[in-house]
Amino acid sequence: MARITHPKRALSTNPLKSSAPLGAALAYLGIDGAIPLFHGSQGCTAFAMVHLVRHFKEAVPLQTTAMNEVSTILGGADQIEEAIENLRKKSAPRFIGIASTALTETRGEDVAGELRDIVARRRDFADTAIVYASTPDFAGGMEDGWSKAVTAIVEALVPETDPVFRDPDLRQVNLLAGSHLTPAEVEELVRLVRAFGLNPVVLPDISGSLDGHVADDWRGTSLGGTRVEAIPAMAKSVFTLAIGEAMRPAAQKLEARAFVPYRVFQSVTGLKPVDALVRTLMGLAHAADAPPSVKRDRARLIDASLDAHFHIGGLKVAIGADPDLLFALSTTLAGLGAEIVTAVSTTTANGVLERVPASEVVIGDLGDVERGAQAAGAQILVTHAHGRHAAHRLHLPLIRAGFPIFDRLGAQDICRVGYRGTRAFLYEVANAVQAVHHRPAPEDFGAAPIEKEFEHDPHTASC
Amino acid sequence: MADALKAKIQDVFDEPGCGTNLNKSEQQRKKGCAKPLSPGAAAGGCAFDGAKIALQPIVDVAHLVHAPLACEGNGWDNRGAASSGSELYRTGFTTDLTEIDIVMGHGEKKLYRAIREVIEAHDPPAVFVYSTCVTALIGDDIDAVCKAATEQFGTPCIPVNAPGFAGSKNLGNKLAGEALLDGVIGTIEPEFETPLDVNIIGDYNLSGELWQVKPLFDRLGIRILGSITGDARYRQVAMAHRAKVTMLVCSKALINLARKLDDRYGIPYFEGSFYGISDTSDALRTMCRMLVERGAEAALLDRCEALIAEEEAKIRAALEVYRPRVAGRKVLLYTGGHKSWSVVSALQELGMEVIGTSVRKATDEDKDRVKEIMQTDAHMFDNMAPKDMYRLLKEAGADVLMSGGRSQFVALKAKMPWVDVNQEKHEPYAGYVGMLDLVRAIDRAVNNPMWRDLRDPAPWEDGERAEGTGFLPPLTGTCPVTNASNVSLVPPPWTGPVSQPDDPMPPAPRPHRASDADLAQGPGLGGYLSSGTDFEDC
Repeated sequence: MARITHPKRALSTNPLKSSAPLGAALAYLGIDGAIPLFHGSQGCTAFAMVHLVRHFKEAVPLQTTAMNEVSTILGGADQIEEAIENLRKKSAPRFIGIASTALTETRGEDVAGELRDIVARRRDFADTAIVYASTPDFAGGMEDGWSKAVTAIVEALVPETDPVFRDPDLRQVNLLAGSHLTPAEVEELVRLVRAFGLNPVVLPDISGSLDGHVADDWRGTSLGGTRVEAIPAMAKSVFTLAIGEAMRPAAQKLEARAFVPYRVFQSVTGLKPVDALVRTLMGLAHAADAPPSVKRDRARLIDASLDAHFHIGGLKVAIGADPDLLFALSTTLAGLGAEIVTAVSTTTANGVLERVPASEVVIGDLGDVERGAQAAGAQILVTHAHGRHAAHRLHLPLIRAGFPIFDRLGAQDICRVGYRGTRAFLYEVANAVQAVHHRPAPEDFGAAPIEKEFEHDPHTASC
Repeated sequence: MADALKAKIQDVFDEPGCGTNLNKSEQQRKKGCAKPLSPGAAAGGCAFDGAKIALQPIVDVAHLVHAPLACEGNGWDNRGAASSGSELYRTGFTTDLTEIDIVMGHGEKKLYRAIREVIEAHDPPAVFVYSTCVTALIGDDIDAVCKAATEQFGTPCIPVNAPGFAGSKNLGNKLAGEALLDGVIGTIEPEFETPLDVNIIGDYNLSGELWQVKPLFDRLGIRILGSITGDARYRQVAMAHRAKVTMLVCSKALINLARKLDDRYGIPYFEGSFYGISDTSDALRTMCRMLVERGAEAALLDRCEALIAEEEAKIRAALEVYRPRVAGRKVLLYTGGHKSWSVVSALQELGMEVIGTSVRKATDEDKDRVKEIMQTDAHMFDNMAPKDMYRLLKEAGADVLMSGGRSQFVALKAKMPWVDVNQEKHEPYAGYVGMLDLVRAIDRAVNNPMWRDLRDPAPWEDGERAEGTGFLPPLTGTCPVTNASNVSLVPPPWTGPVSQPDDPMPPAPRPHRASDADLAQGPGLGGYLSSGTDFEDC
């Protein structure tokens, strides 16, 4: 069991975490026809938007209640109402997801109450689903914001069901996707679920909105994702698959409201975690066997493990990521014999950190990753793109994982889940290790180099 | 907001150096130039963003943001201001305030400790401390903390009071200028002075733009004493009061700084730009003339003219090569301000047709220049909604969009070439050589063979039928994806015993409220309850 430590210091050097409202915005973007709305000053939105655009290389609809000093002191209910009205006029969104920021939370506004008032008074807002999550920047990071937003969506849009009348659709399952999943990873999980003849309702589904595609028209909202009408229908699902420990509150909320039983998969990367998912799917499909494509993918992962363990076994890894991603990637590498010498994460809210295969998990920043990696002689770094400076200084290969990845294209296509994704991940790490060019030399072993007089020196005779 | 900050904001809004401000009535001037933002329809950064952008290119300084995570965590190291030395400015420092810090009022103490830690770890020439919305709201006095820290540690700690909710990015720029005036400029004397010392204000050396014009200065013997703030060192900014002339680059944002350098230290300033050939020449001419007025030898003017003639001839010859590749292309320009005409004239020189130019943020003077250059005001527009711009581009009213990053995807999603001409661009377009880079970028964009392929219809859109299509028997056999037989995606039913010793999911204790009847809806589902434990295999 890993020890969770908080370094005693006032200065954070090179932040590892992104903010909670940004996580909430990203979750809201997994709904079709959505616009996330930050309740804060316009800078909160501008920074988050630039951050998202640099990662996805997409136009990201993100708006702000544009709080100024006066509205902050007096309260921002009017700003919220005006923002909703303006958004509806401009882009006709089907869904508006509101996330609070440190500014409005420091003042302490009862946004939930105000929003209830607004929605009750403004009948004309009825055709836009409006959801609010409290996500102050000063508490937790991106994963927490995402988790709170998804829980808020369930709370607001999934109807309470009387267990007596519960009549589940036996082929429909809920897939609660964690913040650490890329669009390609959501797609991979959907494919896996469908392979068993089951029909998943994904929440939130960024694989439709942020997968990087050219649409036929310009819309000021998200371009795909979970359809708003599909969310109430989640109450009819036979089961909920929650991917990532951070999705447990949302799964519990679904169970409390609609009596849908759930299971949390803390990881879906690595042979055993995917096996666990497949077993569940077999059970849900009432099947004694898995489809041939799934069996073949598993056989190929086993072969990949055989090939990759030569490079990953004994590898000293320094990793920094949000808890769910940290757990998924570090257990996979440790499962092939790697040693997690430095593990740094962002938030204590997630209990999975205790299960990370390292002696210590530091709640810290990229400064901790860099110092830890150097002290422990790490051979590879695994963290987001801001780790490039540390990797450069330490002369180590960097596996880019998490958010943001702004200096590589195709961040949305990275897939490290399922049998296929795990296989790709193992190859990626093993190849990064092999790419470090080292030619053995006699000096490495303490032997004297070849004597100069034996060496032929070309072109000396001619000049 | 502290009274001092309020007074400061009033002060920067009352700018005698700004033409727009001078034309206002007393009443209007009191209101300042901040436009009220409308919720749900606002774009752009906040005052803190503006201050950080203006000061971050001081590369050897530690920039410490006193805030909860988002202000620095979502925004650090996100601009391409280049450094020829220290990389410290790219390191993100923040106090990362937590709920406890805010509720218990630990902000100021934490800031003080953070300053100590950053000085101990990096020993910078100075620490810039930024206030933000939350720390201003809870009333942290960063001026006092900076004063105490400066006295205690001996490293200058400069407070930058520009909390986000104070206003726009533009206001933040101005407040950053004030912070430099109050705490930095004039604090260090240069070892020696030359009659050719200048200040450059408002160039942030994005992608190395400052270095595109620096060779011209070098050849004339002009020394950039104060750089505010491209590739700047702290000492450079501190010595800016000893320059002979200030050039304000292409920007009204820092005009307060330029004017106050004039008021306090008698350094005259002029506004100029390095975008386009004629602008660059004008800027060099004006700079040399002003330097001579301030005591430089008159021969500088001749050397300047010789340099301009040589460089202009060289660049025009180089550009001529590209004329056939870009002439006749229709450009939609979406920048604003000064660039609404300076870029137009440059493109027209190359035979390109500018079908529209945005005059956002442009002065009346700028608009007159547009009319003069384009001979009509029919092609001027103010703001354009992304939707309309998308339609315009999609209907191929233009061959290329030149704009800032915000409209990048409007163009690309309409399958339209796009050239970045705003601050966040990755290529430098300043000075004479920059013009060549810009034209190369336009050529590369509009003449890419990819566009034709992308715009061609998909196989199912062009109405052409391939040979051999006709009656097909219904699909049989296996599913191409899952390999399941008879296209049924359902695997064979479970035939084994219902519960096995290694049952993957042993029945868990059931929640109290669900009755057995609800849960036994389907065969074999009885065991599928929420489990407190997680997958057991890992």
